[in-house]
Order: sequence, then structure tokens, then C-alpha cells
Amino acid sequence: MVSLAVRNLSCTIRNCRILSEISFDARAPALVGLVGPNGSGKTTLIRCIDGILWSEGSVSLDGEEMSALPRMEVARRVAYVPQGIRDSSASLVFDTVLMGRRPHLSWSIRKTDEEEVIRALELLGVDDLAFRQLRTLSGGERQRVMIARALTQGSPLLLLDEPTSALDLRNAMEVMGLIRRLAVDEGRLAIMAIHDLNLAARYCTEIIVLCEGSIVARGPPADVFTPDVIGRVYGVDAVIEQRGKIPYIFPLSPRKRA
Amino acid sequence: MVLVIVLLAGVAVTLGSADLSVVEVYRAVCAGLFPDQFSASDTAMTIVWDYRLHRVLMAIAAGFGLAIAGTVMQGILRNPLASPFTLGIASAASTGASIAIVLGVGVIGGEFLVVGNAFVFALLAAALIYGMARVRGMGAESMILAGIALMYLFSAVTSLLQYVGSSEQLQEVVFWTFGSLGRSDWPKVGIIGGIVAVSTLYLIYRAWDLNALAEGDDVAESLGIPVKRSMTIFMLIASLITASIICFTGTIGFIGLVAPHITRMVVGTDHRFLLPASGLVGALLLLGADSLARTLLAPTILPVGIMTAFLGVPFFIALFLRGRGA
Repeated sequence: MVSLAVRNLSCTIRNCRILSEISFDARAPALVGLVGPNGSGKTTLIRCIDGILWSEGSVSLDGEEMSALPRMEVARRVAYVPQGIRDSSASLVFDTVLMGRRPHLSWSIRKTDEEEVIRALELLGVDDLAFRQLRTLSGGERQRVMIARALTQGSPLLLLDEPTSALDLRNAMEVMGLIRRLAVDEGRLAIMAIHDLNLAARYCTEIIVLCEGSIVARGPPADVFTPDVIGRVYGVDAVIEQRGKIPYIFPLSPRKRA
Repeated sequence: MVLVIVLLAGVAVTLGSADLSVVEVYRAVCAGLFPDQFSASDTAMTIVWDYRLHRVLMAIAAGFGLAIAGTVMQGILRNPLASPFTLGIASAASTGASIAIVLGVGVIGGEFLVVGNAFVFALLAAALIYGMARVRGMGAESMILAGIALMYLFSAVTSLLQYVGSSEQLQEVVFWTFGSLGRSDWPKVGIIGGIVAVSTLYLIYRAWDLNALAEGDDVAESLGIPVKRSMTIFMLIASLITASIICFTGTIGFIGLVAPHITRMVVGTDHRFLLPASGLVGALLLLGADSLARTLLAPTILPVGIMTAFLGVPFFIALFLRGRGA
């Protein structure tokens, strides 16, 4: 089972400090939710973990420093689903998902690569869309295709940037259920940035709360989502109601800005 | 497609103002290839081998190359308007040629004054686009904005040179900017053919990386492609192909923009198939346009840049409308 160690990770973009001294460990199987207000550094953290953005500090996977690995080797270990999908893409769904095999492909496509694609499409329930153009799909269908592409990379670490942001309630719940299954039931480590606190509370096994580029709380959803944390981080008064092991957050009113 | 190009080339080589029959033309072609088995008159040999054949091959090589350059630029910049023309590379070549024609100043003297200037300015434009994009962070948008800004700058310089030049110089500059295959010869065909062939093989070899870059920088990076390095290499190759063609032919702007679009509508977006198919469409368009340009008002030869638009635009619009209707 893969384990991730992030140590003293800091990131500065155009003289603006986005992340400061972030440190945490995570081990599969787990679905870690990164939550926090806009501009708190969720997307930046995900991009730094994948090495797309340069950062100070260290990110290691199973004890191996990621920055020392060639880009193609990183791609075999980490798959990333970015926020916002190009909705104008004329690519076929099959070809889009097949691109996930890029880190394993030579020029030609092997039968095993095609089988991986078919398996991922079936798992995500989009196999009947295989020969449709990406731009003809709904938001929920496109999101499933992107997750299928990440799956075909065969990487033990999945990074997802707000995978439910453009989805309606039903699609959002289905996609979250799917990601949880891929992580918790199939032994992967998934880290996702997410805005919807109730979805995060329901599906994530662990929550990391970011505020102004630093970690301010971390732990199981029931421990992290408290009226105090919600008030401090979001500036919102809220009531938390526990149903089973799942906390439900009811926002009441925004506090006056200082 | 290859068969259509071969057939069209077979027809194109028989076209021209000289009074040669089809049999005489093919006898001359065969006599050049197999001098022991065939013979032809000196006139036929001169017209076919010194005037027509290299022009036909030039049309195929230049059309293929411009389409490949356009395909690469549209792919990595994820913009359907990207082409050697809209990115300022063709405008820069025109400026270089205009400086040579009007001011007589150039990086290489002698008979290569105009060609050398056009080539160097085209590469200079690519380097400036790259430099400005690097300052701004090397995104696709930065490259396109830098290219458009340069296109206007170089066009303004060319206009200024036309304004201050004599009427003969003005005529020469305008003729150069129309684009023509009339300046072709065997060494030029060899140079363009060699550059286009080597570049195309390399680009097809890296077709997966082009596919990934077309999906976005983050996606490409997460799939293991070093984005900045790859974009630099691809832009450099596309610019080199463009520069090496338009320095000999003048501005032929339409092929690089439309051939990739036409091809994408038929074969899809996978660069393993898109690149060679787009090249073939480009070759077919330029060869067809040049054949029409030579015959429509014969013995007057129209500038091929005008004919490519006359031939390609209706075809493109028809495909576009059919695609929207489907």
C-alpha cells in the first residue's frame, strides 16, 4: 500500500506565498479531502504534490523523493484529474481514456492497453459512450471519463481537483461514491480538493483543512468539522449534526468581516 | 489520398503554356529516369525537367510541410486559429524579404539575399514569440498573443517599406507576398523535401505527446510529458518547416490554417493519423491550387496564394456546414 509523506512544502508564485510549510502523511487505502476557502491553496497543493508546480520542501512516495524521479516515472505513480475539463474537445472518449496509458506506451498500442481502457470505462459506467466525442457528453459523463483516464494510468496515488464542482447532486454523490470505492475498497490513496463540506464529510476518510496556505486542522471528518473550525476558517456560524459517524454541516450565517 | 495526389501530379506535369503533348511529356519523364530505355526531344526534356517537374514536387512538399506546421501549432496551442500566418511567422518572412528588396540589406548577400532574409526573419519571429511567452510564463495564450502582436508589428514594417520603396520595388514586394511556386528549382525541392521529411518522421514519432499537449498543459505534465521543453521543440520544428518553405515560395498562408481543420473533420484528433493525413491534404490543396493557377488564365499564371483560398475555402465551408448539420 502506497504511502505519501509531505514535508515542509512551500510554494511561492510571482512573489506571492501560496503554501507555507505544509507537512502531512497519508497512507492507502484512504480518501483524503482537502477543504478550505477560495485561495487557501488546495489546487496549488495538489499541483505541487504531482510536481507540476515547483515547490520547496519534500514530497516522497514510499520513501522515494518525487522530485528526483523523471517526469514519466512520476506519471506511473501519480495520476491527476485537473479541475475544469475542456468541453470543446473533439477527441473520442476511448482515445481520451487511452491517453492515460501514455506513461506505459511506446508508439503502438498493445492489446493490454486497450483492455485497460475498456476495464476503466466499464468500471466508471461509461463504456457505452466509448465512441462519442467528449464535447457531446454531459458534465457528469465527462468527469467520469477523466477519472477513467486517471485510472488507466495504473497509479497508486490519485489526485483530484474539485471533481464534483460542475455536477448536480445525484452526479456528485455518484462520482464521490465511485472515488471512495476506488480508494478505500481497491487500496489506492486518493487526495481531492473539494468545496462541498457535506460531501467531504460523507465520503472522505480523512480531512485536511487549509487556510491561507497552512494546515489548520486534520483528522477524521467527525473530529475536524466543528462549529469552531468552520467559524475560524470560513467565517461562517454553523451547526454540526452528527448522524451515525457522519457530521452534517448546516451553515447559519456569515460572520461580519473584520 | 496518396493515389489522388499521384494522379493529380501526373496531370499537373502535363499542364503549361508550352505546346507539348501528354505522350511527349511522359516520354521526357521516362527519359530522365531511364535514359537508356527512353528518349525525348531536348525541348521536352528542358520543359519537363527544368520547369514543370520540380514545381509539382515543390507544391507537394510545401503543401505537406505547411499543413504539418499548422497542425502542430493548432495542437500545442489548442487554438484553431493558430497557423504560421496568424502567429506572425509568415509576416516576419515578408518583412525580411521586403528589407532585402527595398533596402538591399540582408544577412546573406548575392542571389540568396531575399531568401536568406525571409528565412532569418521567420526564425527571428519564432524566437521572439518564444522569448515573450517565456517571460509571461510559456502558456498557450501567451504564445498566441505574442504571435498576433508580432504579426501586426511586422505587417506595419512591411507596409512602411512598401510606402517608401519605388514602384518597381513595391511590385516585387507585392508579388513576393502573393506566394508563388515559380521560383522553385531542384536544390530548393531537395532542401524543403529533406526538412519536411525528417521533421514529419520526428513529429509522428512523438504523436502521443502532441495528443497529450492538445488536452492541456496540466494534463500533459501529469501524463509524463515535460511541457515547456516539448512545446519549445515543437514550436521550433514548426517554425523551421515554415521558414524553410516560405523563404523560397513567399507567403502561402491558407494551407497551414485550413488543411488541419479539414483533416480533423475526417480523421479525428489523434496526431498519429492527423499529421500524415493533414500533410497529404495540404499537398493536395497546394498542388490543385497551383495547377488551377497555371491553367485558369493561361498563359498568365495566377499567384498560388490566391488560388489556395479560392479552392480551399468553399471545400472547407462545405465540410464545416455538413459537420454542423450532422
